[in-house]
Amino acid sequence: MTTAPESIVSDYKFGFYDEEEALFKAKKGLNADIVNMISDMKDEPQWMRDFRLRALELFQKYPGNPAWASPIMDEVDFDDIHYFVRATDRDERSWDDVPDYIRNTFDKLGIPEAEKKYLAGVGAQYDSEVVYHNIREDLEKLGVVFLGTDQALREHEDVFKEYFGTVVPPGDNRFAALNSAVWSGGSYIYVPKGVKVDIPLQAYFRINTQNMGQFERTLIIADEGSQIHYVEGCTAPVYSSDSLHSAVVEIIVKKNARVRYTTIQNWSNNVFNLVTKRAVAYENAVMEWVDGNLGSKLTTKFPSVYLMEPGAHAEILSLAFAGAGQHQDAGGKVVHVASDTTSTIISKSLSKDGGRSSYRGLLKVYDGCENVKSNVRCDALLLDEVSRSDTYPTMEIDSPDVSIQHEAYVSKLGEDQLFYLMSRGMSEEAAAKMIVNGFVEPIVKELPMEYAVELNRLVELQMEGAVG
Amino acid sequence: MTKLLEIRELHASIGEKEILKGLSLTVDAGEVHAIMGPNGSGKSTLANVLMGSPRYTVTGGDVLFKGQSLLEMAPDERARLGLFLAFQYPVAIPGVTLVNFMRQAVNARRGAEVPIREFRESLFKKMDLLKVDQDFARRYVNDGFSGGEKKRAEMLQMAMLEPSMAVLDETDSGLDIDALRTVAEGVNALMNPGMGLLLITHYQRLLNYIKPQFVHVLVEGRIVTSGGPELAEQLEATGYDEYEALAAAGR
Ligand SMILES: Nc1ncnc2c1ncn2[C@@H]1O[C@H](COP(=O)(O)OP(=O)(O)OP(=O)(O)O)[C@@H](O)[C@H]1O
Ligand SMILES: [Mg+2]
Repeated sequence: MTTAPESIVSDYKFGFYDEEEALFKAKKGLNADIVNMISDMKDEPQWMRDFRLRALELFQKYPGNPAWASPIMDEVDFDDIHYFVRATDRDERSWDDVPDYIRNTFDKLGIPEAEKKYLAGVGAQYDSEVVYHNIREDLEKLGVVFLGTDQALREHEDVFKEYFGTVVPPGDNRFAALNSAVWSGGSYIYVPKGVKVDIPLQAYFRINTQNMGQFERTLIIADEGSQIHYVEGCTAPVYSSDSLHSAVVEIIVKKNARVRYTTIQNWSNNVFNLVTKRAVAYENAVMEWVDGNLGSKLTTKFPSVYLMEPGAHAEILSLAFAGAGQHQDAGGKVVHVASDTTSTIISKSLSKDGGRSSYRGLLKVYDGCENVKSNVRCDALLLDEVSRSDTYPTMEIDSPDVSIQHEAYVSKLGEDQLFYLMSRGMSEEAAAKMIVNGFVEPIVKELPMEYAVELNRLVELQMEGAVG
Repeated sequence: MTKLLEIRELHASIGEKEILKGLSLTVDAGEVHAIMGPNGSGKSTLANVLMGSPRYTVTGGDVLFKGQSLLEMAPDERARLGLFLAFQYPVAIPGVTLVNFMRQAVNARRGAEVPIREFRESLFKKMDLLKVDQDFARRYVNDGFSGGEKKRAEMLQMAMLEPSMAVLDETDSGLDIDALRTVAEGVNALMNPGMGLLLITHYQRLLNYIKPQFVHVLVEGRIVTSGGPELAEQLEATGYDEYEALAAAGR
């Protein structure tokens, strides 16, 4: 049965929760016993157990959050989190086999329907684990692997072990260490040489349990000359206490391959979303992050690309919308490790009702890299007087042969623009929506039609009550 | 009989500075009026105040449109009532296509969803009338438009919104000779006996195409003299010196 929460009034339409008792819920708090228990329950190889325990040690050594982090990050209470919640012990390939109440939830979120209409495959994670995943048969025959990450460890241990933890090592940052210790679920994708998947694979992440920690771990390997578009969406119930979503995503884009990773993040406003996403791109490879952040209490996430070999290209499109009580600390990082590499970062952020959007970016060019080009553009739009926007661009350029363009603009929702549209008969609210939709258009137009519509709708929902 | 538009002793300021200082003017249905006046005399201020721009404060007088006072109405209400302003400096709305913008504007003006086919047909017809390239519809509103393109886009909006009272603020400036003729012919085609037109211009040229019955001279926030079409011709020859002196004397 699904129930609407009573205590909090909200426009957020994904805020319902299921009352069903989880099959298993770890007691709150984190220690080696919990980590061992997760490893036991998943029946993992010893090397993974060791990896987790080492990561736990690393995590415990961090004295706190980095100095630059949002003050909201300090609100995370690590002792008040369930680190592992198992809803069902099976990852099904047919929606009919998924427990009814969970299936209902995903029906409400429109996932099975989208799968039928325009997706090449779907993975669905509910609390700690993937409860459903499927991929079109023709793609499977071509050797494309799309599995929950736990299952991938069981079935493709060799390839898995070769790449896992190589792009984002456990010691990368506090939350990468945490994820490495307690990771569970996420997507594993392998695209064989030369295989081009031209319609998206999607994963959907749902938190149901209160005070839940979701630590999904995604690993994507695009072999030479292959192509894939992966899309993730996420929502959670509205509760009066907070949950934590802390994912690690690692992507390997080999020679001539192309990966696009699209996120439409719409967590409820009681979720901390602290995520490390990084890709490495080899010769002539293209890595694109399309990162849309609308939900959560605090998002701290800077999708990164390491351009490892000549010809590699990175594209980061970041959209952030912060409303009341939210801080979207987003942006992107590109590290040019090789000559003849190019990158583009476009960031669009909106703030309203006292919300705060930050653009945090890093552009690094190693010594000896020649003919490097980069273009960074950040636009911030403030919808009222009480909201906030900041830009923290960092550039570490150790090579003379680079061409860099960097532009940053902050603007207020223009009185002149509003007046112009209203003089054509549009209400103030409709006019503001139109301006905002226009503002985000450069990002939205990069999305497949269905997602563009969805994103526009979410932006409009956020806009509701923004003016007047 | 109520007149279409009646401006009574209108005073308006921007910040502390009074720009309109008791301006009166009446435009009735079927009439074309022209306002001429030196730079900075308050012509655009008048146009923007009529439309309800939040930049200005009305400090006295009244404006009646179809017998109703406009002053308490938001700009969108005024527009839906049939008032239209072609801006001297139209602003860009990046990311919003002209076609999308026009569609919402037309729906708002009519108070009902216009079927997409009907809308498109009418849009393309009006684009033909104004010799606007069809590719234009896909471009972002005024974004990167040339001066002349902006003015044509304003006229396209007027054609689509079918106002009963239109104020054209220097729509002729920035248009080349051919474009001026096209736009003027377009405006004449849209004009009807139920509609009023107020042209703000510096040049006789436009008035050769769109013939006003009344010409007014605006100096320092007031109409200092009014006359027929011959007044415009005379101004072209003599300039505003005489009227500026008049305004100074009346100060
Ligand atoms: N923000 C402002 N603060 C102070 N004065 C202003 C402001 N905006 C406009 N003005 C002044 O108001 C006066 C009237 O301006 P307006 O734009 O109405 O003139 P205009 O008659 O349309 O001139 P033009 O022929 O050049 O278009 C000018 O003196 C102008 O400098
Ligand atoms: Mg003017």
